[in-house]
Amino acid sequence: MSALLEIDGLGIAFGGITAVDDVSFAVRAGEIVSVIGPNGAGKTTLFNMISGLYRPSQGKVRLEGAEITAMEPHLLARRGLSRTFQNLQVFGEMTLLENVMVGHHLREKAGVLSDLLGLPASRQKTRASAESALALLARVGLEKAAYRAARTMSYGALKRLEIARALALAPKILLLDEPAAGCNAVETEEIDRLIAEIARAGVAILLVEHDMKLVMKISAHLVVLDHGRKIAEGAPAEVARDPQVIAAYLGQHGQEQVLHAEG
Amino acid sequence: MKPKHLSLLVLTLLVVAAPFFFPSGFYYRIGALIFINAIAVTGLVILIGYAGQISLGHAGFAGIGAYACALAPEHLGLPPVAAILLGTALSAALAWLVGKPILRLHGYYLGVATLGLGILISMVLSNEAQWTGGPDGIAVPDLGLRGLLRDLGWRIGAGELWYGLAGTVMILGAWLALNLFDSPTGRALRALHGSEVAARTMGIDVARHKLHAFVVSAVYASVSGSLLALMNRLITPDVAGFMHSVQMVTMAVLGGVGSVLGAIFGATILTALPQLLTVFHQYEHMVLGLVMILVMIFLPDGLLPSLMKRLRGRDGE
Ligand SMILES: Nc1ncnc2c1ncn2[C@@H]1O[C@H](COP(=O)(O)OP(=O)(O)O)[C@@H](O)[C@H]1O
Ligand SMILES: [Mg+2]
Repeated sequence: MSALLEIDGLGIAFGGITAVDDVSFAVRAGEIVSVIGPNGAGKTTLFNMISGLYRPSQGKVRLEGAEITAMEPHLLARRGLSRTFQNLQVFGEMTLLENVMVGHHLREKAGVLSDLLGLPASRQKTRASAESALALLARVGLEKAAYRAARTMSYGALKRLEIARALALAPKILLLDEPAAGCNAVETEEIDRLIAEIARAGVAILLVEHDMKLVMKISAHLVVLDHGRKIAEGAPAEVARDPQVIAAYLGQHGQEQVLHAEG
Repeated sequence: MKPKHLSLLVLTLLVVAAPFFFPSGFYYRIGALIFINAIAVTGLVILIGYAGQISLGHAGFAGIGAYACALAPEHLGLPPVAAILLGTALSAALAWLVGKPILRLHGYYLGVATLGLGILISMVLSNEAQWTGGPDGIAVPDLGLRGLLRDLGWRIGAGELWYGLAGTVMILGAWLALNLFDSPTGRALRALHGSEVAARTMGIDVARHKLHAFVVSAVYASVSGSLLALMNRLITPDVAGFMHSVQMVTMAVLGGVGSVLGAIFGATILTALPQLLTVFHQYEHMVLGLVMILVMIFLPDGLLPSLMKRLRGRDGE
């Protein structure tokens, strides 16, 4: 089976300093692939290139066989690529419901004139969008706060809000950048469950996460970055035993955790 | 009742009830002036409040609307109502052409670029004296509505007529802006205001939506300028000047640029005070500056939203 998302020799430099260098791997439909590595390894930068926010200085990205390198993010959304952000990017003044409704933007467009005049086409789309946004909020356990402004919510709640908003696009592939970072144990548990559920629904996931127990449990495949380079790739158990990976990232403690998780 | 309907009801009641408290007929003109300013400010609520994009040159579009009403009847033989529409079409076209390149700029840079646009328009209006009458201004033909009503047997004073007309257009403008707020386009604008990066990844064509907001707000400013010209029957390049742009933004910010009702409230205060207090009139520019500074320091949400928050208690979400 051919890959859904192909990363081919991707690299970028900022003012002469190489942040990501010649990284290649692939994600197949419905599969969870995790990218791990120490802070500053280039994981977020990689996500920013894939999602069209940064223009790579080398390499290609392909989605369903079509080249999408440096394509405008809003066009990538149309092709079924969606993401969340490590450092929250929510619409603070909007309600949680409206935040998720923005994820329906591509489906609910009716035209400026229609929106100004409040024509039935616009109103009907708003109603339908609100309905399915409410269902998504329920899925992440935030339906009770649907009408509160996002800026009044806790960090953990906003992390889940971003997932709901990203799902509103009905993506084929979802990029999650440290979805459980900064969350307490209960919230992390909740997010783990959510990720597994999304994957079961057939959405491919590219995940950056430091919680090794989670990563080892749910990933089909790991990619390890260090100083912008891919230093290892493969099945979780294989990667966890790689001496280079242990030295760069996992350390002795991490490896114990990993072996423990394998049970 | 939905907030939109409540806002419109309050607005309509205020417009209808205010004349009962007018000490003299002079107040109809002040009222009409308030409404005319409020129309432009409502446009800025869409641009600044919804989309988060600044403009320091929107008086330029008011200038285009105003001079269209002075020039099109004379040179093109258009009736004044058609001249208003021509003005909005020109303003929209210019906003679209200029907006494309400059809306890529952010923050101060966009402020300076729109400032330049406004100055350019007002300089053209001042310098092309053979067409525009130059700095002394130019006479504007009668709208003809009063004559029409008289022929239909309804005698109404000019002040009353302009009060009713401008009030109606303002309520209409508020209705459109409130519709937009809770629509797909309105949500897209507010989203790109909150986080441009997230808006883009959610499928929003940010450049296109900013442009829409810019064009729509230019149309509001243009209509406001047209009504001002037709009411005063005389127009000078000041209508397009920098001070007028600053006045619009200050009104919006004072009342609360995120809310239509708030912005109209701001327009009311800053229009009425200089008219009613001559001292204020003399130092209008200084007071505008002072208001701007004080609002930014003490009431960053604007007067009305801050008051509402106080009334509802701290966390009245
Ligand atoms: N816009 C940028 N400009 C300059 N340097 C950047 C930019 N974005 C990322 N970097 C650099 O790229 C490197 C990788 O950062 P990042 O991708 O955030 O790491 P990670 O997500 O793996 O912790 C860092 O050294 C960071 O400083
Ligand atoms: Mg990161």
